[in-house]
Amino acid sequence: MELLFFYLVALIAVISGFLVVKCQSPVNSAISLVMTFFCLAVFYVMLHAPFMAAIQILVYAGAIMVLILFVIMLLNLGAEANKRYAHSVAGGALAGVVVLLMVFYFLRQGEATGMKGPISTELIAQIGHTELIGRTMLTDFLLPFEIASILLLVAIVGAIVLAKKEV
Amino acid sequence: MPMLSLSNAPLLFLGIMLAKILAVFVVVILIVAYATWLERKVIGHMQARLGPMETGWHGLLQPIADGLKLFFKEDIIPSQASKVPFILAPMMILVPAFITVAVIPFGPDIVIGGYQVPMQIADLNVGILYILAMAGLGVYGIVLAGWSSNSKYSLLGGIRASAQMISYELAAGLAIVSVFMLAETLSLRGIVAAQMTPLWGVIDFLPNWYIFSQPLAFALFVVTGIAEINRTPFDLPEAESELVSGFCTEYSSMKYALFFMAEYANMVVLSAIATTLFLGGWHGPFPGAINILLKVFCFMFFFIWLRATFPRVRYDQLMHMGWKVFLPLALANIVVTAVVVLLQQ
Repeated sequence: MELLFFYLVALIAVISGFLVVKCQSPVNSAISLVMTFFCLAVFYVMLHAPFMAAIQILVYAGAIMVLILFVIMLLNLGAEANKRYAHSVAGGALAGVVVLLMVFYFLRQGEATGMKGPISTELIAQIGHTELIGRTMLTDFLLPFEIASILLLVAIVGAIVLAKKEV
Repeated sequence: MPMLSLSNAPLLFLGIMLAKILAVFVVVILIVAYATWLERKVIGHMQARLGPMETGWHGLLQPIADGLKLFFKEDIIPSQASKVPFILAPMMILVPAFITVAVIPFGPDIVIGGYQVPMQIADLNVGILYILAMAGLGVYGIVLAGWSSNSKYSLLGGIRASAQMISYELAAGLAIVSVFMLAETLSLRGIVAAQMTPLWGVIDFLPNWYIFSQPLAFALFVVTGIAEINRTPFDLPEAESELVSGFCTEYSSMKYALFFMAEYANMVVLSAIATTLFLGGWHGPFPGAINILLKVFCFMFFFIWLRATFPRVRYDQLMHMGWKVFLPLALANIVVTAVVVLLQQ
């Protein structure tokens, strides 16, 4: 049952991923990308990671894609998008096939060692997925977390400096 | 007593789940339909008119008549419109509004066949994040409707809507943060449970509703919520005096009705969320679901009252309020809450 559901969602993810590249209008591509994000969120739910699923939709589908859509609508890319790029399509297809072969190769190479980390399914059920992420983020990974915040702050300041004519 | 789940009684679980979904859906649809009637009635009386009177007793059949009328109208798709987004947009705005209701608890647990059954469609570990995520998706419907109609008024409405919703989503989300700092859980069931103790653990005659501990967060959440669902005084995306009807200018028939339903469904959902987070959810003097329905009706009346009272804000005022007033206030509220929570430990 779960496997069947997985294949169904995976099929939708692949089809919408294909539509992202295939759609004539950039807005339709953006909608397809949102659909792909949704399928990824479903995978997170199936992996018992509800926090990741919610954040995936909240951040990617809810915020980033809205901004991308906003930019596409304002730029009016209609004329540009209608050109056909036969050579790049061929190149892209070739690269895709190579990556697919590589993925198959590494999947076959891989071997399950059966080793397990300290975070088990029982622990997640007992403490909670969100709580565990919160704890590790503010204890073990405090430095990367703070560095990320500083990076974001720099980006915000940079955006203001670029956007504002007179500072 | 074991909690009813798919693993211990699959058939009973599926049956009860379907019954719960159907019940919640029918109730929300009914509230949506009669909210239109209530709005016309209340605004009518506030402006010394009678409102609808002809269809049924005091116009009670008016929503059904309106629905039938819109259903049988000709459905027009403009020839220059982008077909797929144009047809998808009304659905994309209605669906997030309806599925948000799934995480709202509407009563205490009941016992059926020896199992404990929660009166909530889904108790998610990340309930609040789910609500925020769905609220973020609502903007797609409006933006796509505005863009795909290929009309300048629609496009302006769509662009205004996206800017407004992105700005206010942030403040609304930050206002909620202080609630789950107090409740120490993201599950709405847990938040309602945390509000059932005496106020601050000492005052017996008042419940620990978060409106008492977080009045600022409550005010911020309601105001930003109204801005996010584009109700008056923040209804700039469909400002009829300047943009004809904003993003839904080109829509007709049932598609237009879907936008209309989505607006009221969003009002119901916002009321239910505000009730659950700040007013104790289904907790109160009456049996379970009646409490939450009463609170939701009070909110609906308040929103209608606002529409009858306030003029529309200007666009620069809107952006100024969102980024320079509400956002800093919400952040300050988080800092103060954090300090108090830390000192209490």
